[in-house]
Amino acid sequence: MRSFWQDIRNGIFTENPVFVMLLGMCPVLGVTTQAVNGIGMGLATTFVLLGSNLVVSLLRKVIPGEVRIPSFIVVIATFVTMVDLLMLSYLPDLHKVLGIFIPLIVVNCLILQRAEALASKNSLGRALGDALGMGIGFTLALTLLGSIREFLGFGTLFSITIIPNYIPFSIMRESTGGFITLGLLLAFFRWYSIRKQRGKQA
Amino acid sequence: MIRSILVIVASAAIVNNFVFKQVLGICPFLGISNKVETSLGMGAAVTFVMAMASAVTWALQRYLLIPLKLEYLQTIMFILVIATLVQLVEMFIKKSSPSLYRALGVFLPLITTNCAVLGVALLNIRSEYNLAESVFNGVGAAIGFTLALVLLAGIRERLDESEVSPVFQGLPLALIVAGILALAFSGFQGVI
Repeated sequence: MRSFWQDIRNGIFTENPVFVMLLGMCPVLGVTTQAVNGIGMGLATTFVLLGSNLVVSLLRKVIPGEVRIPSFIVVIATFVTMVDLLMLSYLPDLHKVLGIFIPLIVVNCLILQRAEALASKNSLGRALGDALGMGIGFTLALTLLGSIREFLGFGTLFSITIIPNYIPFSIMRESTGGFITLGLLLAFFRWYSIRKQRGKQA
Repeated sequence: MIRSILVIVASAAIVNNFVFKQVLGICPFLGISNKVETSLGMGAAVTFVMAMASAVTWALQRYLLIPLKLEYLQTIMFILVIATLVQLVEMFIKKSSPSLYRALGVFLPLITTNCAVLGVALLNIRSEYNLAESVFNGVGAAIGFTLALVLLAGIRERLDESEVSPVFQGLPLALIVAGILALAFSGFQGVI
C-alpha cells in the first residue's frame, strides 16, 4: 500500500506531469509569461483534479465501462465551470489574464488521464493523494517556467523588480520564449538523470 | 463580405497562428509531428471537425444557451457537442468512405481532447462572429494548425537522420525548433 507522501513525491518528482509525462502542454506554454499566472493556473488545475478524482473515485462502481470517458468529461467540465465562475467573482484580474485557458482546463489531458488511469480504479484516499501530488507537481512546474520567463522577459519576479533599468529579453514574453525555455529545461533534467545514472554505474 | 472572410482566414491561419501565436493544440502538435504524412492526415481530420464544430457550437450558443440564459453551461455543452460530433464524423466516414477512414481513422478519437477545437469554438463566441465568420475562422485555424504540424514534421524528419546529443534528442529539440518557428511566425505580426 503506497502512502500519502509517496503519492505527493511521485507527483512532484518521479512522474511530474509537465517535465516527465508531458501532459497538459497548452496551459504550460500559454500562460506562463509571469510567475503569478503560473501559480493561478496551477491552483485552478489542482482544484479541478481534486474534484474530478474525488467524484470519479466515488462513482467508479456506478459508471459503466462503455460510457466512462464521456462521464469523466462531464464531471471535469462541471468543476471547470465552478473554477471559472469562482475566479470571475473573486479574482477578476487573474481571470482576465488567463482568459480562454480557464475553460480549456476541460481538455487538459492530465486531468482525463488521471481520472482514467488512477481514480477510476482506486479508493478515495489514493485518488485524492494522487490528485494533490499531481496538482502540486503541475503548479511547481508552471511556477518555475513562469519565474524564468518573467525574470528574463521583465526583470521582475512575482511583479517585484529584481534588476532595475532592465533591458528586457522580449522574446521571453512571446510564445517563442515558452517553447525554448521548456525545451532547455527538459534537456537539463535529462542531462541530470543521465549524469546520475553514470554515477551509479561507476 | 468576401474580403472580410479572407481577412479572418488569413489572420487565423498565419498572423494569429493557433499553434505559434495562441499556443493552442500543443499536445497533438508535439505528439504526432514525427512524419509529414501523418501530420497531413491529422490536419485534414482537424479541419473537418473544426469547421463543423464552429457551426454547431455557434448555433447552440445562439439558439439554445442565450435564449434560455444558460451561458454558464457553455463549457460543458461545447465539449459534449464536440465529443459527439467527433463520434458521428467517425461513424459517417467509416460507412461512406472506407479509404478515407483508413487514412484519418486513428486521428479522430484524439481530436476530442485537442484544445484547439474547443478553443476555436470559444473564441468564435468571444469575438462575436456570425455563422459564416465562425466557420471560416474554424477553417483558417485548422489550416494554421496543419501548417505548423507539417513544418515541424518536415524538420523533425531531417533531424532524425542526423546525430544529436542524447540530452537533446526528441522532444527538447522539437520544442526548441518550435520556438524558432514561432519566432519566424511573429514576423507576420501587424500584417493585417
